[in-house]
Amino acid sequence: MNLKLRALTKSLWVFHAATSPCNNCDIEILDALTPRHDIERFGMVLAGSVRHADVLLVTGVPNYKTKERLKKLYSQAPKPCLVAAIGNCACGRIMFKDSYNSPCPVDEIVPVDVYISGCPPKPEAIIAGVVKLINKVTSSAKGT
Amino acid sequence: MSHKIVIPIGPYHPLQEEPEFFRLYVDGEKVVDIDIVIGYMHRGIEELSEHNHFDQVPFLVERICGICSHSHPNAYVLAVEDILGGERNVVPERALYIRTIIDEMQRIHSHLLWLGLAGHFIGYNTVWMWAWRYREPILDMFEMITGNRQHYAMCKVGGVRRDIRPQDIPILRKALDELVPVIDMFKGAVMDDPVIQARLKGIGILNRQQAIDWCAVGPTARAAGLDIDVRRDEPYGVTDRLKWNVIIEKDGDIFAKTKVRILELYESINMIRQCLDKLPEGPIDADIKDIPPGEGIGRVEAPRGECFHYVRADGTNRPIRHKIRAPSYMNVASNKVAAVGGTISDAAITLAAVDPCYCCTERTAVLEKGSEKKIMNGFDLIKLSQEKTEKIRNNKDNRD
Ligand code: SF4
Repeated sequence: MNLKLRALTKSLWVFHAATSPCNNCDIEILDALTPRHDIERFGMVLAGSVRHADVLLVTGVPNYKTKERLKKLYSQAPKPCLVAAIGNCACGRIMFKDSYNSPCPVDEIVPVDVYISGCPPKPEAIIAGVVKLINKVTSSAKGT
Repeated sequence: MSHKIVIPIGPYHPLQEEPEFFRLYVDGEKVVDIDIVIGYMHRGIEELSEHNHFDQVPFLVERICGICSHSHPNAYVLAVEDILGGERNVVPERALYIRTIIDEMQRIHSHLLWLGLAGHFIGYNTVWMWAWRYREPILDMFEMITGNRQHYAMCKVGGVRRDIRPQDIPILRKALDELVPVIDMFKGAVMDDPVIQARLKGIGILNRQQAIDWCAVGPTARAAGLDIDVRRDEPYGVTDRLKWNVIIEKDGDIFAKTKVRILELYESINMIRQCLDKLPEGPIDADIKDIPPGEGIGRVEAPRGECFHYVRADGTNRPIRHKIRAPSYMNVASNKVAAVGGTISDAAITLAAVDPCYCCTERTAVLEKGSEKKIMNGFDLIKLSQEKTEKIRNNKDNRD
């Protein structure tokens, strides 16, 4: 594994991009940071700006306004940038897929690396998803 | 020297029910104007609701807001039951009690969540972590009763979807008992701490008249001395059969808003206990089949204020019009008077005091290309706020 990937998977800094969610997914992300789950002990920190982030956590169904924002955010993120779609909204738009203000799912806007389903996913599920993400990155690096 | 700085808060996103984008105009330290842009969270829920049948809509409206995810379905089913002849005539007794229990549990979780975030905004991260830590048992209770930590899906037209099992009741009681000393601790920490008082007293004032003018609702209005609470004024569930008080404060500043929320926690615990005492046996669902043509309204006191739903039915199995008014919509606008005139370092907590959400300050700032516009982002804002607390704290220490 090269140095860049090793550094990447050691301490993931996450940026939380909410593209019109109902807030619960966002709360569960924060919940994962607070004492019961405390993922900060694995070096995961919520980054204040996407320019410092390794992982983009996307929640919600993008609408016309947030779609452009999400594109812009992804282009500002340093590469390699991993993307996790959190919640059923981001994974498949659930009941909002027929909405007039929902142009496309998240994975048509940015490439998604891991889908964490649930409405909202429990903090445990979010942690499991991030672990899978790390495994995916490290195993694909070994393969090459 | 005065140059105008523009501080955008939250480029694309959500505060609580309604997502907003604040643009603060500052002159030196002072906030001179504030712009509120909304529409980042628009998902067309009212229109979607017209394409779903009456029993599907509670799941949809629940997803308006993750924190008030009982209030919206509750207000919606009240509106539909209004068409059917009123909640009391349709819904079985036991279901009424269960609705109130869930409603008050939601208030506890929501107020604790806010308390934590408010602590974070003024630099008391311990308060944040503690409040969220003590919120977890309530979420566990939700999981036990409803099957999910958030999005309880309890309300349905004519009753509730799940019963509270007898073996769950002692566990719920115990969780409530354990919560009381925690709230005592928070009350002591907030009410007696001179630094918190210095940060919150006299800041972000919304007086009684302004609260009326800006249609503030919920704790924001009650902190300004307005005696309104839907639970008492237009009882739903069993709120009129319980003994509890509407908490009212006079000052309208952030300290008053905090106090109202903390004291409401006690009332909520009290109400749940009384409900558990009185919980009658019986069915939980009236098994409604048809909704006749007509129109109805439902009002519910969500943790943030009055939540209003209007439904019109034409005899088919789906609403032909569904109008929703969520409380933050009015409360957020009141920031225009509460935040203007204050300093930037108080802006974060002032904007947060109406309980919109953490989202406002935890995202990036969008750079706006303009000659004299300098940009700070939400993070700088929180930092400023936290630095101010630090300063006050140090001054205090020096004097002591
Ligand atoms: S997946 Fe569920 S909890 Fe998450 S944003 Fe969507 S509706 Fe809300």
